[in-house]
Amino acid sequence: MLRKSKLFFVTLLMIFSGFAAFAEGHTATEEHGKEKLDIKEIIFGHIGDQYDWHVLDYTGSDGQKHPVSMPLPVIVYHPEKGISAFMSSKLEHGHAAYEGYQLVTDDYIKHHAAHVSAEELKALEAQKGKIIAVDGAAIKDFSITKNVFSMFLSIAILLLIMLSVAKSYKKKGAMQAPSGLQNAIEPLIIFVRDEVARPNLGSKYMRFMPLLLTVFFFIWVNNLLGLIPSGANFTGNIAVTAALALVSFIVILFSANKHFWGHLFNPPGVPFPANILLTIIEIISLFIKPIALTIRLFANILAGHIIILSVVSMIFIFGAMNEAAGWGFAPISIAFSIFMFCLELLVAAIQAFIFTNLTAVFIGQAVEEHGHDAHHDGIDHAHHENELVL
Amino acid sequence: MGLITPALGLFFWTLVAFLIVLFILKKFAWKPILKMLNERETGIANSIASAEKVKLEMAEMKAENERLLQDAREERSLMLKEAKETKDRIVNEAKEQAKVEANKIMEDARQQIENKKNAALTEVKNEIGNMAVAVAEKVLRKQLDPAQAQSDYINMLANEIKLN
Repeated sequence: MLRKSKLFFVTLLMIFSGFAAFAEGHTATEEHGKEKLDIKEIIFGHIGDQYDWHVLDYTGSDGQKHPVSMPLPVIVYHPEKGISAFMSSKLEHGHAAYEGYQLVTDDYIKHHAAHVSAEELKALEAQKGKIIAVDGAAIKDFSITKNVFSMFLSIAILLLIMLSVAKSYKKKGAMQAPSGLQNAIEPLIIFVRDEVARPNLGSKYMRFMPLLLTVFFFIWVNNLLGLIPSGANFTGNIAVTAALALVSFIVILFSANKHFWGHLFNPPGVPFPANILLTIIEIISLFIKPIALTIRLFANILAGHIIILSVVSMIFIFGAMNEAAGWGFAPISIAFSIFMFCLELLVAAIQAFIFTNLTAVFIGQAVEEHGHDAHHDGIDHAHHENELVL
Repeated sequence: MGLITPALGLFFWTLVAFLIVLFILKKFAWKPILKMLNERETGIANSIASAEKVKLEMAEMKAENERLLQDAREERSLMLKEAKETKDRIVNEAKEQAKVEANKIMEDARQQIENKKNAALTEVKNEIGNMAVAVAEKVLRKQLDPAQAQSDYINMLANEIKLN
């Protein structure tokens, strides 16, 4: 109990110190740099992906801005040069090219604006924050970015927790009461099994349990990691949710039975022309499923991050107008952001649950046994449920 | 906009990492955990079922005991009743037999008395006959004597006869 409360306290402290770091960083920018306060830039910088793990900027005794960040490995594939890998620190935050690769920053764009065409400039703008090849080749970027690194962290946490829980099950045997971490995880596993898998998948639920459990815990842990200030916006990135949805989609397709395909390509009891129309709609709805999964998780988490960042940024918006207003608004802003954090903690779990549940529902539709005859008008309850879920 | 165009690298890494995590957890965490949970649940269900069964068995046994006790009680009272009847019967029979025996003894005694009496009478008759014959003989022998002497003699003879 004591250990747990200590852990909680440390987490709390981390959240607030993270806030402090975040706040300091941008106050410094504002006071010394005399730059225009670009909230959009700050927020999008935080929810986007980076090649380093940026914590804060500070202004050194020489009056220069120094970022405090952890460089991460860059891995790029050049169609001619092959794969190159180096630390992102070599790029010096866009101040220098390395091995013919350049990080596109505002400064870089400004620098190039003079001697490129308007179209090229636009293309360059679209590449902002990314690594490009100086020779203009289309490179493939497989860098271990902040998001990827954060995912590795979450995987380490996930494996540590789950393997130790599995070990305690093995040690204690089946008939001993669970304790500690095992006791904390067990209700979640049972929840996924009894509330998500069984109602949706029926008797075949055991086959899909590993996928559902992994999806649930993977998303949840990553959602929570994303809430730590200066953490990555991993699950709020569309590439991530698309990858997860793709896995679900492949499982749906491969587990679908004859009945499902039969209904899809030849809805029973439907006359000829409507038949084709229905099949087209069914196929579209099939592809909408993973898209719905992708967008729901991505948009929810992204929105949460943007709201928290916006609320905190209000301090600096007010501060930019008047220092007193900034200080005055700070308590309101912090109170509101604490509220948002609590909400996001809830959302982190809820979205993990929803993703898992929808995956289970979709798989359930695909493996559903032919339990009922299609109605003669061609409408059938499974499709109604389908519509409701979407 | 950058937010809704998925980055290839991140997509790739997520897919690879997720599949690896799925594989590792499936093999080393979910399988054993789910197996244990299942085992525990069936174990608990079995325990409850067997407890219920034992309870039922106990109730059955109790009922059986009750029944046996009842039977024993009934049997006891039956036995007591039978014993009483037997006793009464034996006593009655004994009485009856005693009566018969007594009657028979009485009858025998009476018979014997009768016999003895008859024998005695026969003997007396014989004796009287004999005496009569003897008297007649003596009378016949003294006829020749005077009359006085004759009647004296008869008197004397008559005195001799003593009827028991």
